[in-house]
Amino acid sequence: MTKIKCAIIGPGNIGTDLLYKLLRSDVLEPVWMVGVDPTSEGLARAKDLGLKTTDQGVDGLVPHVEADGIQIAFDATSAYVHADNSRKLNALGVLMIDLTPAAIGPYCVPPANLAQLAGHNVMNVNMVTCGGQATIPMVYAVSRVQTVDYAEIIATVASKSVGPGTRKNIDEFTRTTSGAVAKVGGAKTGKAINVINPAEPPLMMRDTIYCETAEEPDQQAITQSVHDMIAEVQKYVPGYRLKNGPTFEGRKVSIFLEVEGLGDFLPKYAGNLDIMTAAAARTAEMFAQEILDGKITLTPIPIEEAA
Amino acid sequence: MSDEAKVRGRKVKLHDMCLRDGMHSMRHQITIEQMVDIATGLDDAGVPLIQVTHGDGLGGSSLNYGRGLFTDEQYLRAVAPKIKNATISVLHVPGIGTLDELRMAADCGAGCVHVATHCTEADVSEQHIGLGRQLGLDTVGFLMMAHMTPVDALVQQALLMESYGAQTVYCTDSAGYMLPDEVTARISALRAALKPETEIGFHGHHNLGMGVANSIAAVAAGADRIDGSAAGLGAGAGNTPLELFAAVGERMGIETGIDTFKLMDVAEDRVVPMMPKPPRADRDSLTLGYAGVYSTFLYAAKDAQRKYGLPARDLLVELGRLKMIGGQEDMIEDTALTMARERGLIGHNSAASPTEAKLDA
Repeated sequence: MTKIKCAIIGPGNIGTDLLYKLLRSDVLEPVWMVGVDPTSEGLARAKDLGLKTTDQGVDGLVPHVEADGIQIAFDATSAYVHADNSRKLNALGVLMIDLTPAAIGPYCVPPANLAQLAGHNVMNVNMVTCGGQATIPMVYAVSRVQTVDYAEIIATVASKSVGPGTRKNIDEFTRTTSGAVAKVGGAKTGKAINVINPAEPPLMMRDTIYCETAEEPDQQAITQSVHDMIAEVQKYVPGYRLKNGPTFEGRKVSIFLEVEGLGDFLPKYAGNLDIMTAAAARTAEMFAQEILDGKITLTPIPIEEAA
Repeated sequence: MSDEAKVRGRKVKLHDMCLRDGMHSMRHQITIEQMVDIATGLDDAGVPLIQVTHGDGLGGSSLNYGRGLFTDEQYLRAVAPKIKNATISVLHVPGIGTLDELRMAADCGAGCVHVATHCTEADVSEQHIGLGRQLGLDTVGFLMMAHMTPVDALVQQALLMESYGAQTVYCTDSAGYMLPDEVTARISALRAALKPETEIGFHGHHNLGMGVANSIAAVAAGADRIDGSAAGLGAGAGNTPLELFAAVGERMGIETGIDTFKLMDVAEDRVVPMMPKPPRADRDSLTLGYAGVYSTFLYAAKDAQRKYGLPARDLLVELGRLKMIGGQEDMIEDTALTMARERGLIGHNSAASPTEAKLDA
């Protein structure tokens, strides 16, 4: 079966974990791993797994895009360089799946809005943040039952699972998550809080979601919707679990989750990274299937227009 | 050399926390009039730095930490124009507050920012410290829960903050856990490692009654700034009572520039009447200091006791065992639900049953 060829930019924790997931895909074939450091362990590992590699950044990939038929690229670098990467690859007709908090393209949280993105000729899709991927499905699970005036999420992750990129981009991370909690989760306003806990042994990712409904919450319908959504997310993140709740106090709905990773490349406590790479892979697979079915055509965006 | 000999003649800047850390004790419900009344009193008493923010810093108003009666912007715009000499400061926690909120605070007239991270996570402060400097603020790196990491590791984190541009770095005893020798070890190591022009601060809590003693130890070891609160108003059993420190400091020859009697009057006449009850090391606050738990957890733990009949002390000890850190208030409710279910206080997967507390919260 034909597969859509892909490149991964950023051979760090996220890029490497993503690579393992793409290697299992029926519709995606990882071909290039792009880095900037010749001594990077991630580049060496990708090479061992049969990928072509460059340590010259996206500029090292650009000359090979056409010959190697690259149609989808994943950016797992940082918000600061993503715009440039996206511009250069969009110009060659490559669809960008953005795993940084740059958020140039529309947000995508698969169980909430992937279906809505189908059939649209978007050239850049943003995967929000790990906190967003873990919590927005729950906000959506409440907002599809009744109006949510305000949603607030608290994402706590193990210190060891937070790389230097996220740490340098903590403000974009917080802001992008807040924006997507409202926009994709379906709350009128959203707020995100991120906590990094250094405990040893590392704590598993924990997420808390508070929603304030406009009217008295329909406890039965919300509880059902939350359980249905847990099952939906478990299709791509099996370790996505409800720890407590939903509980109800007045108009406040509280949901407490734990996210255990698959342990592809990263330890199982790093459910935050697993849900990010799993969501990115799932999103890319949907687009790949559409390309293979002839439902969408990727159109290059000339650099001058993309500016 | 005795501590007294080491501190005599030292110039120390006092930083009042009762309108920020005290917001926790007041469940973030201080009125604008109270804010202005207390801040102007502190200013008149010669307190050089006064912190005004939600207890959890800029952007802290939330379901997780409690909503403020007013926004940070409303408080700051009301207080700043009334202050004659003091500098208004704000707390800013990366991951809670965003850079826009820091710009807002500077626009309102704040002149100093405490950029706070857990004691091992200084590298999330680069953007916020950078912006603080860019805005011309007196920029402070604030390493919280400093008892949870070895001295050498704390020094490395302080050096990171200094490299991002922090002009002062704090050893913050958020749990009120430290004893004077532990303070001495940390402050001495920071003093030895940081640049001579970088100031060092100590922020204490009074959960073991050591706020003043620890602050004196900090000054003796080289601290330039001491945080405290008029009447001790702050999370847990409160912060170092600032008027107590000022009085002790005066007798020991520490130069703070404070009018001690005026500060006593602010505490007695303006802060105490506002308090629901004076902070004291009751069994729950004492547990914070004893078990090394974030002082702010006190309030949500007492709430859980009221809701589920689960003793707050048991819950706080468990949160300490689970190594929860500042900001994880959501895990108090989560842990309480799990413990209450295990103890048969609530039904399976439910918290809706409004169990009346068996204990007086």
